[in-house]
Amino acid sequence: MERADTTPDHGPTVEVIDLHKRYGDVRAVDGVSFHVAPGEIFGLLGPNGAGKTTVLEIIEGLRQPDSGQARLLDQPVWPRNQALLPRIGVQLQASAFFDRLTAREQLETFASLYGAPRRRVDEALADVGLTDSARVRVEKLSGGQAQRLALACAFVHDPDIVFLDEPSAGLDPQSRQQLWHVIRALAAGGRTVVMSTHYMEEAEALCDRVAIMDAGQVLALDAPARLVRHLDVPVLVSVPAECMTADSARRLDGAERVEGDGATTTIATRQRARVLHQLDQRHLLDVAEVTGASLEDVFLSLTGRRYHDVSGHR
Amino acid sequence: MLRGYVRDPASLFFSLLFPLLFLVIFGAVFGGDEGTRRFDLLATGEGPVIDALPSEIFDMERVDSLAEGAGRVADGDAVAVVAQDGDEVTVRYQASDQVGGQTVLGVVASLVDRANLDALGGTETYTLQTQQVEDESLGGMEFITPGLLSWAVSIGAVFGAALTLVNWRTRGVLRRLRLTPAPVTEIAAARVAVSLGLALAQTALFLLVGRLFFGLDLSGPWWWAFPVVLVGTLAFLSIGLLVGAVASTADAASTLANLVVVPMAFLSGTFVPLDNAPGWMRVVAQVLPLTHLLEALKNVMVLDRGFLSTLPHLAVLVGFSAVCSAAAIRLFRWDQT
Repeated sequence: MERADTTPDHGPTVEVIDLHKRYGDVRAVDGVSFHVAPGEIFGLLGPNGAGKTTVLEIIEGLRQPDSGQARLLDQPVWPRNQALLPRIGVQLQASAFFDRLTAREQLETFASLYGAPRRRVDEALADVGLTDSARVRVEKLSGGQAQRLALACAFVHDPDIVFLDEPSAGLDPQSRQQLWHVIRALAAGGRTVVMSTHYMEEAEALCDRVAIMDAGQVLALDAPARLVRHLDVPVLVSVPAECMTADSARRLDGAERVEGDGATTTIATRQRARVLHQLDQRHLLDVAEVTGASLEDVFLSLTGRRYHDVSGHR
Repeated sequence: MLRGYVRDPASLFFSLLFPLLFLVIFGAVFGGDEGTRRFDLLATGEGPVIDALPSEIFDMERVDSLAEGAGRVADGDAVAVVAQDGDEVTVRYQASDQVGGQTVLGVVASLVDRANLDALGGTETYTLQTQQVEDESLGGMEFITPGLLSWAVSIGAVFGAALTLVNWRTRGVLRRLRLTPAPVTEIAAARVAVSLGLALAQTALFLLVGRLFFGLDLSGPWWWAFPVVLVGTLAFLSIGLLVGAVASTADAASTLANLVVVPMAFLSGTFVPLDNAPGWMRVVAQVLPLTHLLEALKNVMVLDRGFLSTLPHLAVLVGFSAVCSAAAIRLFRWDQT
């Protein structure tokens, strides 16, 4: 998936400066700013209604912000900038296909709309692993295949920046892995990827940097690992319940909170060395598992709400 | 886009074959030999009136009594029963079949007059001469074909444009197209070209089927029907675009398109001629685009009037295209929200 030509762009590919957008009384986007560097996979993470899609639409030039500015490749996106269109690729919902065309015809149509050469069609099909389904009509593709075809339609014309709105929404774990593989390859080829997602694990697994959004604002912005590391939350150490009951675990030095569900005893601690040392003395180190904090904990500490409860998914 | 359209059996059937089906049904009923209609008639008794009933009009059957004949007329077996008993001639006829009943009454009345004249031994002072004249009220296929063709063109274009626009909007195709560097006009032109091609195919199919199977009598400049259909299709596409711009969902677009097309089909006289319609209805018909498409088609297809005669009608259709397209562009939305 090597880029045909690599333009040496200086500065950020995407520049978002203090965007505001309101719908009636709702502040859909309330002062969002960030930069994306060339070749980066940048994620907008947040529950539904956080304003991710509106931010993407403003950057793509589909919506006018009330105030603030979005710039792509050193050019403003509003008023609508035709010169930018061939340099960006946008994956919209997987339903945005023409009726009753095969996967290849669909891509051919988009390639011709962008004036891209025909050979790109087969390359893009191969990139998303749909070569064998080229002659299947879009209605007959599985959810994962349709999402990958929508992705191929977004980069068939070799854009510099690819925008993905919830690329893996509703996919099973295996299809999601395949999609992630394609997205990583896109970025490895030198393209910049800006995506929205409400899946914590997708942001952790895929994104170089993540902006956590809620209620139209960016609450935190950094590499997922760094966001988690800066978080002062306990790690979880779990052992099989038959090796150690919750009651005996509570007597361990350094245990802050202990929960037992009959199968597993889980110890929350900020002093993991001390707790693990005591487990070692009881010869339990081989069966102990340590789970670090995740972006879910980051969201919880930023908003005071559990992500599960607000995301409305999973 | 054409491929996508042709692969959809439902829409292909609806816009191409469904109207053709109507042509076949109407053609079988009214087309072909449009000679005089024959009536089933029952007769009983003896006398000059009974003997003189003309067998060119009536399929006659004898019955034993007036009561039996009246019973069978009531059952719908025949339009009337005629009985002669000496000097008295009695007719019982179906109330529901106006034409048949009046025909029988007229014939029997004249036969009775003739019998009276003969009985008086008089001679005829006046004689009646009749001859058929070719008139504008077209018969059979020559009326049906332009009517059904104009109707087919109108539903194809209105539904095609409205549903395409709404589907592309609701499923995000429009948004996606907006993000490509291809000009909107180019995309619209491609879609319009598909519709025009289908309308021409439709016209060819109608002319062919009408001519080959139902003895459609085409007049000299019939090939002008093709450019007329093109102009008509543009007018109805623009109406469809307006419907698609107003409607938010495919269901709403369908309903709205039906509301436009169905009353227009009747008010414009595509199925039933407006010759006997009340005056207000004929006035309404004059402002409907379908009327003008129908008149233009009739002029070139069956009335032998030449292309120039269609120009006023085509001007109205072009006007409709301009007004509806302008309104549709004003109301156009790229996406749902």
